[in-house]
Amino acid sequence: MDVMQVIKEQIEGNPVILYMKGTPQFPQCGFSARAIEVMTTIGKPFAYVNILEAPEIRASLPQYGNWPTFPQLWINGELVGGSDIILEMQRSGDLAKMLETAAVEVPPAE
Amino acid sequence: MSVATEIELKVRAGLVVEHLGLENESHMHNVAPGSETHFRLVVVSPDFEGVILVRRHQRIYALLDEELKAGVHALALHTFTPEEWRARQGDAAASPKCLGGNGK
Repeated sequence: MDVMQVIKEQIEGNPVILYMKGTPQFPQCGFSARAIEVMTTIGKPFAYVNILEAPEIRASLPQYGNWPTFPQLWINGELVGGSDIILEMQRSGDLAKMLETAAVEVPPAE
Repeated sequence: MSVATEIELKVRAGLVVEHLGLENESHMHNVAPGSETHFRLVVVSPDFEGVILVRRHQRIYALLDEELKAGVHALALHTFTPEEWRARQGDAAASPKCLGGNGK
């Protein structure tokens, strides 16, 4: 399958999906670790993709979402942003609200 | 011209800038001394009024497309309207510690 199609299916098939470096247990970048910290604190389910193990997705996602860096958080098919935005939206309370209203059934992305 | 200077000039050319703070944070990461790979940018601009965060960041990424493709690996962005900036009294979050990355 074309990588853009894979990305589309991941993003549309998962109400909450985080593209990150490493895994939630072992993030391999400070910005990804920070995103995981926020997501864990809020405690809602989310899917993730470790882009260090998915080089094609790593290469193509920036183009798909018009966003050059990682992590990237997508909720209900829309790009929410990277770690700075995630942190800012935690601070404002907006992220918890968005995650609350995102669908609760989250299958694994990989 | 240094990458830092390029970044500052391009942001100032693309947005009305009330305040701009740029730090080279490359020394915090797994890269050679003197590198220009990791930056933290604070931009306060009236152009951000009524614009959601994701679009503010995309606007800056678009201005810095060339730099991001050429070797700027991380760009921590903190974007505020003048009003938001005053409300926070100039406080933008610090960047996290590096966890090794994968050598870039």
